[in-house]
Amino acid sequence: MHVVREDPSGQAADGSAAKAESPLDLSRRPRVGERIIQGVLLLCGLVSIVTTLGIVYVLGKESLLFFGSRGVTLAKFLGSTRWQPVIGEFGIWPLVSATLSTTTIAMLVALPLGLGVAVYLSEYASPRMRSVLKPVLEVLAGVPTVVYGYFALTFVTPLLRSILGRNLVEIYNTASAGLVMGILILPLVSSMSEDALSAVPRSLREASYALGATRLETAIQVVVPAALSGIAAAFILAVSRAVGETMIVSIAAGAGPAFTLNPFRAAETMTGHIVRISGGDLSYDSLDYNSIFAIGLVLFLITLTLNVISRRVVQRFREVYE
Amino acid sequence: MSARWEVLSGDEAGTLPEGEGLRLNLARRYRVASLWRAFFAAAVLVAIVSLTALLYNVIDQAFGLVAVQNTVEPSSLAVGGVPLAEQTSEQLLALLQQRVPSAVLRRMDSEQPLAQRSREDLNALVLERVVQLRVLKSWPLHLSLLDRGAIEAQVGEQFPQARLVFRSWLTPEFLTRSQSSTPALAGVRTALLGSLWTIAITLLVAFPLGVGAAIYLEEYARDSWINRALQTNISNLAGVPSIIYGILGLAMLVRGLEPLTSGAWFGAVDPTTANGRTILSAGLTLALLVLPVVIINAQEAMRAVPRSLRLASYALGATQWQTIWHHVLPSALPGILTGSVMAMSRAIGETAPLVVVGASTFIAVDPSGPFSKFTTLPVQIYQWTSRPQDQFRNIAAAAILVLLALFLTLNASAVLLRNRYGRRYVS
Amino acid sequence: MTIPAPLSAQPALDRTRAIEARGLDVYYGAFRAIKGIDLQVTRNRVTALIGPSGCGKSTLLRALNRMNDLIPGSRVHGQVLFRGQNIYDASVDPVQVRRRIGMVFQKPNPFPKSIHENVAWGARLNGFRGDMDGHVERALRQAALWEEVKDKLSESAMELSGGQQQRLCIARAIAIKPEIILMDEPASALDPIATLKIEDLMRALARDYTIVVVTHNMQQAARASDDTAFLLMGEDRAGTLVEFGSTRQLFTNPKDKRTEDYITGRFG
Repeated sequence: MHVVREDPSGQAADGSAAKAESPLDLSRRPRVGERIIQGVLLLCGLVSIVTTLGIVYVLGKESLLFFGSRGVTLAKFLGSTRWQPVIGEFGIWPLVSATLSTTTIAMLVALPLGLGVAVYLSEYASPRMRSVLKPVLEVLAGVPTVVYGYFALTFVTPLLRSILGRNLVEIYNTASAGLVMGILILPLVSSMSEDALSAVPRSLREASYALGATRLETAIQVVVPAALSGIAAAFILAVSRAVGETMIVSIAAGAGPAFTLNPFRAAETMTGHIVRISGGDLSYDSLDYNSIFAIGLVLFLITLTLNVISRRVVQRFREVYE
Repeated sequence: MSARWEVLSGDEAGTLPEGEGLRLNLARRYRVASLWRAFFAAAVLVAIVSLTALLYNVIDQAFGLVAVQNTVEPSSLAVGGVPLAEQTSEQLLALLQQRVPSAVLRRMDSEQPLAQRSREDLNALVLERVVQLRVLKSWPLHLSLLDRGAIEAQVGEQFPQARLVFRSWLTPEFLTRSQSSTPALAGVRTALLGSLWTIAITLLVAFPLGVGAAIYLEEYARDSWINRALQTNISNLAGVPSIIYGILGLAMLVRGLEPLTSGAWFGAVDPTTANGRTILSAGLTLALLVLPVVIINAQEAMRAVPRSLRLASYALGATQWQTIWHHVLPSALPGILTGSVMAMSRAIGETAPLVVVGASTFIAVDPSGPFSKFTTLPVQIYQWTSRPQDQFRNIAAAAILVLLALFLTLNASAVLLRNRYGRRYVS
Repeated sequence: MTIPAPLSAQPALDRTRAIEARGLDVYYGAFRAIKGIDLQVTRNRVTALIGPSGCGKSTLLRALNRMNDLIPGSRVHGQVLFRGQNIYDASVDPVQVRRRIGMVFQKPNPFPKSIHENVAWGARLNGFRGDMDGHVERALRQAALWEEVKDKLSESAMELSGGQQQRLCIARAIAIKPEIILMDEPASALDPIATLKIEDLMRALARDYTIVVVTHNMQQAARASDDTAFLLMGEDRAGTLVEFGSTRQLFTNPKDKRTEDYITGRFG
């Protein structure tokens, strides 16, 4: 460490010449305050780890209790198609099939329409149209799901029943829930896809136009394929959202597990089941209570897998552009 | 060198259309383009129509004609010329003691002492128990406006003693009344207060924790595997369905930490529950739910602060924390606030986790603190929607209007904040 | 190359004139980027547009195939005559114009598809019938790229080097059989060796196509072009055509003093 000396006249003196001046101390000082603050902030960050550990522990432990109970085995859980706790049937397939059913219907609505809106916004829309559409999409995305559930039960179901007949469509059915869920998820698909489309460099569009392509051909044959990874990630995330959706299905789809592929009949999804059981009289350590966690575990694993895949897809194909 | 690039002229591999062929080719391409354009327009239309239908449906159910019938006419209850609507609490109390069986009175008193209830509540009780106001049937707005004749005929046949009145289900009384088993007399006061209490706790917990974690990740954390794992973990948590947070809250907060959440530690236990299903549990559960979103938003906001600002501060000999506190945070604050307001607007609409955590189905008493039983506005809507009678549908619609008003206000303030300070946010 | 039948029925069409600008002004919003351009480009020759940066060379080039239409707020006054028709006429379809007047950009922009697909896509789009593989090979040969990529046609175009990508873009433009190829500083993003290859390619292509190239490199213009146009930004910041003539004449005996100053390096 270099000690700088000056003589009183301001001229720099030879470093080796001894002068009666106190040297400048540049050594590190312990800053306790900084350390403490840093520690506190780290603790804040660790709360998220605690949350994850909590989720894993809670779901794991109670599921183990569930599977350890009399009459419940993993084989029956994954193999049986009937869920009737009263007679000891704990097959998860009725719940999973209802979840699949609502998710599929929702995706049939949200994916094509969401992508369509994204392409329109990205390649066609005038600034005025954008300023109308964007807020509409933001509101659609933010409306509380319980309001969507109300809409499904009081508007869509009667509509379906009057169009397709009261005999075909039950009052609680997965089709209404699925359709409304599709509307809920449409903005998610469209905004993520639009981001992906905007990220495609302008030069690619220009190259296409210079070859005598129309605006549509450029959009569909050049821009969308180039943005495919972002769009795929959006789709996967949409599925994950649909699987985890609760209020719409619990209001409009029905109570009581039913293993059916008919979307016009009532069925209970995994999430709907959890809400119904926990909303009623629940005693800790009963079989019903523990079953919540087992189902929750399945739900958690499914959505986690989908989310991780979605992120991987984006990363892997980001290298397409240098 | 040019010899290498001998041009192969005259040796054609195929043809590109000209003249008539070109015209056909272009016509076909433009036709296809029109079809796709129609599809895109349809997609846009679906989005706009859905939102319109949603709002139309809610408004349709929140206003309309009703057939009202009273067992005892309110006019007969006037005391000394003072009509029922203007009587004092004492007068209403006296009325109740005269007309209502004492067993019922005792039960009501044990829930909450009658003497302590507000005049509004007493008024509602009188209407419910003494006047026995009953709405026999309600009609949606569009029928009320378009088909009035048919409705009047129906009322004449089926409900000869009832009056036909136009009713707005969303009234000021709706906001100030508490729950009731008669839909016409129910209000959202307890639910609204529950929502506000819960959001307050959520904000108090999630905001400092979230911003603190974001500061750590953005400013302090080196690029080690631990910190990357932390970041990935937060991204994963942001995608976990909200009901899982409800399950977590149920097991960890309501059950596992029952002494804390029920208030036993503080000696402030609610006499009617004495378990962990309290506002504190609800608020903490929601805080865990929005925490990842708050963190990610705050990180984005701080990342947008230009590096040159930090460098200028360091160059003046400031420590890291001084730089953050005096320069980075103030600059990032609008973005952080916008993100937090958006997170709150999301939290206020959450239903599933709170139902799982244990929202009560019927509370007559306002929440008095973090250790009270709770219900929130969306939960109340859920419960009313699940009842079969028509009128519950109406008050659910009215409650939805209240919720939407809250939600739109929060959204609008976030947008205003964002526009004023011009930063993008992550939702 | 067979000369295609003209779009209009005007007799005595000057067949040597590939494209012509008359009194051309281009505006971006309220700003006039180029002013009063009169330019005649001769068929089967390489015409270079030179001038200091900001003088409007690229704007002029893009005006020749209506690529400026893609920039919101851009307007054109004056005419660009191609085959006897003003391409800015209200009845003219820009898609058709761009089919016949192709473009190669400054930074190579191949599609993220395979090499084969890059070349074939434009042709297929425009209704090509026949042996596509042969057509692709022909285009790649003309672009002097065939030998380097013939074994990896199905691989991604993004794997190629910068110079190869640019030649691929040229092949892609050739595959739709345009009459004119516009090149906007095609070699400025490339290394010197790749640059020389592009210059040689321009000369070779002029046998079948008309080439108009924008370059900021005077030596490149002197080496590779037959005719040269010199543009300069005026005081109103609008670009104007100062001088136009054969390359030899412009570089050895410029008529305008400003041209001489630019060429001898006194500015720009």
